[in-house]
Amino acid sequence: MPKRGAPPEINAGSMADIAFLLLVFFLVTTTMDTDLGLARLLPPPILEDVETPPIKERNVFVVLVNANDKLLVEGELMEISELRDAAKEFIENPNDEEKLPAKKEVEIPILGTRMVSKQVISLQNDNGTSYDMYIQVQNELAAAYNELRNVLAMEEFGVSYDALVEAGDKAKVKAIRKVFPQRISEAEPKDVGKK
Amino acid sequence: MSKFKKNNEKDGPGISTASLPDIVFMLLFFFMVTTVMREVDLKVKISQPEATEVKKLENKALVCYIYIGEPSEAGKYGTKPRIQLNDAFATTTDIGPYVEEFRASKNEAEVPLITTSMKVDSKTEMGIVTEVKQELRKVYALKLNYSTRERLDRN
Repeated sequence: MPKRGAPPEINAGSMADIAFLLLVFFLVTTTMDTDLGLARLLPPPILEDVETPPIKERNVFVVLVNANDKLLVEGELMEISELRDAAKEFIENPNDEEKLPAKKEVEIPILGTRMVSKQVISLQNDNGTSYDMYIQVQNELAAAYNELRNVLAMEEFGVSYDALVEAGDKAKVKAIRKVFPQRISEAEPKDVGKK
Repeated sequence: MSKFKKNNEKDGPGISTASLPDIVFMLLFFFMVTTVMREVDLKVKISQPEATEVKKLENKALVCYIYIGEPSEAGKYGTKPRIQLNDAFATTTDIGPYVEEFRASKNEAEVPLITTSMKVDSKTEMGIVTEVKQELRKVYALKLNYSTRERLDRN
């Protein structure tokens, strides 16, 4: 009978190799994509017997995008890079101009009584508009609102609006949203530039 | 020569690599847990547009995806943008039932939180996107997210 010592040890040296192999596989397949995007709320379907309330022309900021991805803002041709500032001026109406939207006194919690403009942004695109252009326009309009909200939040609370949202300070976020409510209305599209 | 030999003898024992597997396993488990395998095979080519004002999509279990783009196999399906739901091509009329089905698979309390995420190729024309949006409105799937990539520089 052969004399038995301790049982022979299994060589664990290759374990690291196997683990590395698996590691590399998961490294390669992992996509750390957090889904990002522009959040929007669609309007509910139109009920036939409901009439839309009339809106004064001065309160509406008309943005048209045609099939060639050209912008027409309030009757004037515009580049996408100018849209943000134009929208900001319209929404805020800093000098209370006649052509820009009317304002109404609104009682807002935390911020007190404020003049809130009755702005509405109307966006209409053609069926031939590219999705990229549509997103750029949506992005610029959202940026206009966000920048105004940021400025207001800095003045009132000393922090930016984005920081407030991140911190989950709902009362303050709500108050700021009430001053600059995001009203982007999308008209039914036209079908002019059909190719 | 003897000089070198002397030095070699002075070297301590080699670094033990016994804990290497442990470290690697730790990394491995991290990646295993964080990996999300793609649930659907994309049959359409999608290169998303870029935007700056993006928000994160929260609670991925409650997100209903709609893909629109040019079919990857253009020889077979043509180059006209198509809608993809789950693993198959679909038409606009399928969107209502698709959303209803998705809702039915979720807890009733969570239904109002369902968001629809549209992943659309940037070259797609708006016609098809608008049709999809109208269908979504009809079934009251109003929370919408236009999936984009983040552009870091502000113009």
